[in-house]
Amino acid sequence: MLRTIALTAAIALGLGSGAAFAAKVPAGAVTNIDFPFDGIFGSFDKNQLQRGLQVYTEVCAACHGLKYVPIRTLADKGGPELPEDQVRAYAKFYEVFDADLDDFREAKPTDNFPASQLENAPDLSLIAKARAGFSGPYGLGINQFINGIGGAEYVVAILNGYTGKEKEEAGATLYENIAFPGGWIAMAPPLDDDLVEYADGSPTEAKYLAEDTAAFLMWTAEPHLNGRKRVGFLAVIFLSVLASLLYLTNKRIWAPHKGKYSA
Amino acid sequence: MSGIPHDHYEPKTNSEKWLAKRLPIVGLLYDTLMIPTPKNLNWMWIWGIVLTFCLALQIITGVVLVMHYTPHVDMAFASVEHIMRNVNGGYMLRYLHMNGASLFFIAVYAHIFRGLYYGSYKAPREITWIIGMLIYLLMMGTAFMGYVLPWGQMSFWGATVITGLFGAIPFIGESIQTWLLGGPSVDNATLNRFFSLHYLLPFVIAGLVVVHIWAFHTTGNNNPTGVEVRRASKADAEKDTLPFWPYFVIKDLFALAVIMVVFFAVVGFMPNYLGHPDNYIEADPLITPAQIVPEWYFLPFYAILRAFTNEVWVVQWASWITGGIVDAKFFGVVAMFGSILVMALVPWLDTSRVRSGRYRPMFKWWFWLLGLDFMVLMWLGAQPAEEPYATIALIASAYWFAYFLVILPILGVIEKPLTPPDTIEEDFNAHYGAKGADDTVVTPAE
Repeated sequence: MLRTIALTAAIALGLGSGAAFAAKVPAGAVTNIDFPFDGIFGSFDKNQLQRGLQVYTEVCAACHGLKYVPIRTLADKGGPELPEDQVRAYAKFYEVFDADLDDFREAKPTDNFPASQLENAPDLSLIAKARAGFSGPYGLGINQFINGIGGAEYVVAILNGYTGKEKEEAGATLYENIAFPGGWIAMAPPLDDDLVEYADGSPTEAKYLAEDTAAFLMWTAEPHLNGRKRVGFLAVIFLSVLASLLYLTNKRIWAPHKGKYSA
Repeated sequence: MSGIPHDHYEPKTNSEKWLAKRLPIVGLLYDTLMIPTPKNLNWMWIWGIVLTFCLALQIITGVVLVMHYTPHVDMAFASVEHIMRNVNGGYMLRYLHMNGASLFFIAVYAHIFRGLYYGSYKAPREITWIIGMLIYLLMMGTAFMGYVLPWGQMSFWGATVITGLFGAIPFIGESIQTWLLGGPSVDNATLNRFFSLHYLLPFVIAGLVVVHIWAFHTTGNNNPTGVEVRRASKADAEKDTLPFWPYFVIKDLFALAVIMVVFFAVVGFMPNYLGHPDNYIEADPLITPAQIVPEWYFLPFYAILRAFTNEVWVVQWASWITGGIVDAKFFGVVAMFGSILVMALVPWLDTSRVRSGRYRPMFKWWFWLLGLDFMVLMWLGAQPAEEPYATIALIASAYWFAYFLVILPILGVIEKPLTPPDTIEEDFNAHYGAKGADDTVVTPAE
């Protein structure tokens, strides 16, 4: 009977994945990537997050914003872990509107990143959780169970998905992108090989830049991922021990009433 | 409290007697906890504890979340992000609350289907069943309104679609919809009243849970054989039962711990798996999502709602009979609520003399088909409204109604059931051996 319960739960979980149905992403456009933060024991690689922050700052931030992300969290454990003085220096890079001054001023670490500069450039704070890279098969959500929801993979797929074709529509240029729903995106191809120069000498081909950016955006979307997995792991261990003890207790107290078994 | 004879609490010391004369609360707790419980209950009888736990979990995490949440259309989404980023342990509280709702529904569906298989709804437990159905309806309302609170895209558009259902009611629908929303469309007034009710209803549920427990403590639990506990004397009853404490409390806690292992694995490692990515986009009344999908636990009923289109002859017929008052949309709404109503009426639709499905050879097949039907409907609820899904949804919806309205009433008449054991003791001993019947039995140490 326990098996039936487990099976029912597994099926319910499989069927239940709402995320499985969200993606209007063309099939096969998003491929799974082994990010350091994947899996039960996965955690953010702070060097990768720092590289991603650099790409974000030098490229993405021109149009996009991160309005839900406080700048001070760049120093948080489990994030890019920039030293405090670097965070203070970094904050000065931005200007934010201060309602008290009724004017713009230099940002402080306690401020959030600015919002998007362009109206049709979405805020990127949560983009890695607001998109599903995987779905199916048949809307059952099994791919997501295996590979994760695929938000970060989707970001990589978009950044690398340009075919080079362009078209004019209603006065705007659209770029063909195999990963974008509908196939045409308003964002010009943002990345090129060696567009950014990393201080640590990491490879700077466009595909690596995209992966670093995606990892950074996964962090902005889920800053407590490391802590969450640790809590989950501890809870699973603790509860497994508790369940084992309760199993033995249960067997023991029932034994006198079950003729076939003994304690 | 129980109709099954058993020992009652006797105050012994002077202070116990003093209290018992004024407020017999210890006796009430004792009788509740020591209720004689059929000793052959299987692992499908653990869901009640899981559900009680879920309600407590949701109320506790919910009360704390409220301390940081702001119910305003301009601030709700940001306040949830504030909880996720800046509140200590906030992300854990929210993920527990979010996935707690899913666990709540997994447990309630297991609990309901358990009842359907073992005939727990049959006399004398109809009131327990009806109260249970009311709790389930309130759960759905609470979960739906809770999903609106983060004010994401799916929150907003889900609320728009579901409150729109009330607009389908002929003549008075639009007024009702406006009254529910507090305005012409989903807006700040809607968010505030949903927040208010989302906080209120769990306590109503808690009250109904007490009545639910009271009702089945009066009739006694059903059990896998569907045979009643012998209650001519205390000695008879004790052959069929064991007290709830410690036997079933420990058993249920073990099951709960196992379920918690899975639950915390989901919360820790894939907390957004059961959610919809679109709800991480702030609500925008000007942008409709590509597909509006409710949470997984509503999908079977959402599939029934959408199954009845203008092309279905029953809908055309209903429309013709009523001179167009009943259109496809209203028909769908009636079908959706009707699908739950027929389930609530099952105590009077099932005509079989035998209570437990274990002794009903034909019933079993139809029951498992209903379980499959429920899963298929759940899958269909998330598919686009196009072929082949539309036809499958129509067949699956039809089966849901046929099961309750046609198959159950007829089965009771034509089916030849097996003979259940005479007593619960007989069933228990057949599985586990009679106590002391075997000489090799070793008595436990101590």
